[in-house]
Parts: sequence; structure tokens; C-alpha cells
Amino acid sequence: MFIAASFAILITMGLAMVRGLLGPTVYDRVLAMNMFGTKTVLIIAVLGFLVGRPDFLDLALLYALINFVGTLAVLKFFEYGDLGRRLDSMEGERR
Amino acid sequence: MEGILDLLSWVFLLSGSFFAVVGGVGVIRMPDLFTRLHCAGVTDTMGAGLILVGLMFQAGLGLTTAKLGLILGFLWFSSPVSTYALARATLASGQEPFWAEDLEIPETARIPGRDTGYQETRDSEEGEDVVREEEDGEEEMG
Repeated sequence: MFIAASFAILITMGLAMVRGLLGPTVYDRVLAMNMFGTKTVLIIAVLGFLVGRPDFLDLALLYALINFVGTLAVLKFFEYGDLGRRLDSMEGERR
Repeated sequence: MEGILDLLSWVFLLSGSFFAVVGGVGVIRMPDLFTRLHCAGVTDTMGAGLILVGLMFQAGLGLTTAKLGLILGFLWFSSPVSTYALARATLASGQEPFWAEDLEIPETARIPGRDTGYQETRDSEEGEDVVREEEDGEEEMG
């Protein structure tokens, strides 16, 4: 049953990868990256149960945190072209 | 009892897998980023939630279930936040939903620094308020 679930997650990861490669805009690629990261969390958890080592859940938890922060960082980078500036200094400026 | 728990976890795992694959197909087939966001949300809430609950039934009470609950709770918070941020960034970049002919982008979706007219008026209003408050404070002091 774990094998079926992991195959389904792998198929979803493949579909997300296809969307990331096809994606017309950069936001489609960010969406695909976020989805791929969430599915990575899931497959780490399921594979941990599959091989009988639930300690992998620590890795899954860490990956969930990093994936969330990474998505927001990439979004902010594509919005402002920079990560470390305050919003006040960008007034009236277009990229 | 063991059999019932196994059966429940299988049901949850299989339905979670179903929702994950359905969401993946939707991400491929949907015409627009805003509709694709909906499909990604399906895999994040239903797919991840059901699979993690199925794993909880398999693990039983203990530290493993606590870790699974942590992952599930964090996904519950992070998935809507990242979906919202992505939709807001896309809307502010000028891309409209495909069903909207003349969509007025709400003011809350605009990014400061990107749309100068809106930001300037708002800043001047806030500045006046600040000045008035300062004047009031000086009068009270005097």
C-alpha cells in the first residue's frame, strides 16, 4: 500500500515537473516548484514508513520548512528584483 | 483492532493518492495560473492531509504521530500562505484570470513601488495625519 501511495506521489511529482518545464510564465514555474517540494515532503514520509525507518520524518519536516521559505524568497526576488532592500527605498522605481 | 486500523490507513492512503494524482493532472490541463493554483491546493490539502493521516493510523500513538501532526499542521499554514502570495504576485504583475475581460485589480493587490500613483496619494494622506498628531501633541504640552 505504501508502494502504491509512493507511485502516486511520484506521478504527481512528474506532472508538476512537466508543468515547470512547460510553464509559460515564471509564476507557473514557482507554482510547480512549490508543489514539487510539498510532494517531496510526502514521499520522504511514505518512504520512511516503507523501509521501516520513521526517523525520516525529521527530514520531511525540515524540507517542509525550507520549501515554504524558499517559495516566498523566490517570489519576492521576482517581484522586487532583490531580496535585501526595504520597500521604502524602492518607491517610484520600476525594477 | 489491528485489521481495522490497517484498513482505515489504506483507505486514507489510497484516497490521498487519488487526490494527489487528480491535482497533478489538473495542474497540467488547466488553462490559467489561477486555476492551476486551485489544483495545486487540492494536492496540498486533500492529498497531503489524507496521506499523512493514513500514515498516522499506521504509526499508532507516539512520537512518530506527533511528528506527522507537526508536518500536517505546518502544511496547513504554509500552503494557503504560499498560494496567496503567488496569486497576489501574479495579479500585481499584470496577468489577469482568463475569464476576466476588464478586471479591476484591487488596491490591496498592488505592490508599493510598482504603482506610483496609488502609493503617492496614500503616503501624502498618512503624512498629513502624522503632522496633525504632532501639532496636537505640542499644544497639549504647551
